[in-house]
Amino acid sequence: MMGGNSVRGDWLLLAGFAFVVLSAGNFSISGFDYTGWATLIGAGYPDLLQKFAIYGIFAIGFNILFGLTGYLSFGHAAFLGVGSYASVWMFKLFTMNVIPAVLFSVIVAGIFALIIGFVSLRRSGIYFSIITLAFAQMSYNLAYSVLTPITNGETGLQVRHLAPADRAPDYVLKLVDEDLRWVDQAFGVVEHGIPITNLFGIKMSGFEGFYFCAVLLIIGFFISIRIARSNFGMMLKAIKSNQNRLNYTGINTRPYLLAAFVVSGMYAGLAGSLLAVTDPLAGAERMQWTASGEVVLMTIMGGAGTLVGPVLGAMIIKYFENIFSAINDNILQGIFSALPESLQEIMVAVVGMFVGDGWHLTLGLLFMIIVIFLPGGLMEGARRIGGLFLRSPKVSAAKSTAQPAE
Amino acid sequence: MENVVLHVNDVVKTFGGLHALSDIDLDVREGETHAIIGPNGAGKSTLLNVCIGRLKPDSGVVVFDGEILTGKKPHEINQLGVARIFQTPEVFLDLTVLENVMVPALAKRDGAFKMNAYWPISGEKNLRGEVEALLEDMGLADQANQVASTMSRGDKRRLELAMGLVQKPRLLLLDEPTAGMARHDTNATIDLLKKIKASGMTKVIIEHDMHVVFSLADRISVLARGKIIAQGTPDEIKEDPKVREAYLGEEQV
Repeated sequence: MMGGNSVRGDWLLLAGFAFVVLSAGNFSISGFDYTGWATLIGAGYPDLLQKFAIYGIFAIGFNILFGLTGYLSFGHAAFLGVGSYASVWMFKLFTMNVIPAVLFSVIVAGIFALIIGFVSLRRSGIYFSIITLAFAQMSYNLAYSVLTPITNGETGLQVRHLAPADRAPDYVLKLVDEDLRWVDQAFGVVEHGIPITNLFGIKMSGFEGFYFCAVLLIIGFFISIRIARSNFGMMLKAIKSNQNRLNYTGINTRPYLLAAFVVSGMYAGLAGSLLAVTDPLAGAERMQWTASGEVVLMTIMGGAGTLVGPVLGAMIIKYFENIFSAINDNILQGIFSALPESLQEIMVAVVGMFVGDGWHLTLGLLFMIIVIFLPGGLMEGARRIGGLFLRSPKVSAAKSTAQPAE
Repeated sequence: MENVVLHVNDVVKTFGGLHALSDIDLDVREGETHAIIGPNGAGKSTLLNVCIGRLKPDSGVVVFDGEILTGKKPHEINQLGVARIFQTPEVFLDLTVLENVMVPALAKRDGAFKMNAYWPISGEKNLRGEVEALLEDMGLADQANQVASTMSRGDKRRLELAMGLVQKPRLLLLDEPTAGMARHDTNATIDLLKKIKASGMTKVIIEHDMHVVFSLADRISVLARGKIIAQGTPDEIKEDPKVREAYLGEEQV
């Protein structure tokens, strides 16, 4: 971790990561059409790739808190939701350009995390988890009830058509239904119907949207490497290892934890913002505890405390969600059509429980298998496989213990 | 009379009905090695825990260099220059040996909180040089990049000591620094502590091993059933009949 060559290793890791991420999607430059590797595994849809990148960012940020300090937040979806709402409001009020929306969301989520973190970090362990869960559920319920003027309740907040210019100034009450977009209007942007988000004119849908998310994912990954290798990161690891001792060593652990909490909240806000960028609507269900639980699964499945693991976990969960939830009874009947009819029906009924809406059953099984056999997540599996190919087992053992944050 | 660095004034601590400490008065002078001895359950560790803020006394105060420690948080007490070595090694098991010592070194240099989240710690060349030199002195240099959980118990104790020494504290509190060590390691630790003594660092040491106590201490306080029954130089303590009765009687120094 502190070896002399680790800095160079980190740049290689970043370069490799960026290459893999950027080569996933399709693009064409001056007549040359490139088809990314995602197409080979049947994931070459912009929607799905955007989700890989967005939830990758979410999981990287979650890992800065959970992976480094060991504090398990069960309420990170609240920041995801706050980020989405903040972005949609920027679209509605100012401009469909995504840059102000992304910045605003990260700031708002950071402030929100500061408040929640300040209260919940008074406790550790299970109590901390419960307090964060309570905060997230409160946010979820508030979004449905008293905050309806801001969140538009069950319908969700959406980008709408512009309010007529000659309307009397009673906008405020109608804002959820009619937009202003002051900045866009000041620049004379003409809108036909509901506009879509853009980056200085480049539409943020399709693969362009994916590449915007991908660049932010790479930046987010870079920052997480720097944090993990910094003095700050070492203190966070020391908190996970023995917080009590750290206090007697002269370190005030509270501000370190709060800083980690805020940073990870800002990552979640960024992810929430990107969800709104690629699909400009925000709903309260984004804050529900299942969404908080999902990022926990992603991080643990990939390997908490590792750099690449959380992104891998996010990708795998979103990938399998996409594949398994698309399978329905008709497809299953096709698969088992070679079997005798009675057997076919049984197979369809049994397998049917694990696909479609029941894909969470598959996810649960997958999660249990990984946690039982690979407590360090998929990254531990990768290390073990890598260890098999190394000639000297001693060297590989030393490496895997000395560099747990690979 | 020399400067008093640590002043324990009328400290009382009870656990339920048990008087763990009753009316403890204790002065530790600048530069001395002050040993606190006493039979099991005499209240030695309780006294140390009161000094570093782990326990709050029922009454009385602990003053360090003009600052009242009572009621302060552990990290504040450390930042004033009081470091503690734990009896059972409490090191950061998931960090490397080098990092284990870097943490207190950074706490000393940067204070209780400093947000340095961008530059890699491998760039801390000066601090790292200091830490490596200390590890060399402590005979831990060859394990520097090993994770602490893989160390032997004796090595963990030495690491624990290194974590205290790297801060160059004004007052070092040692809770049985040689407990559970083999004779050879104990002697090595005594030599090391003698070297520190030469540097003029003030130390309070709790110890069972009389060999260690009499080779290191300038003054000794004897604790029995929560009270200080005798105080003085090693020679005075050896001759004190009350001490012989309460403690040394069975051990024959």
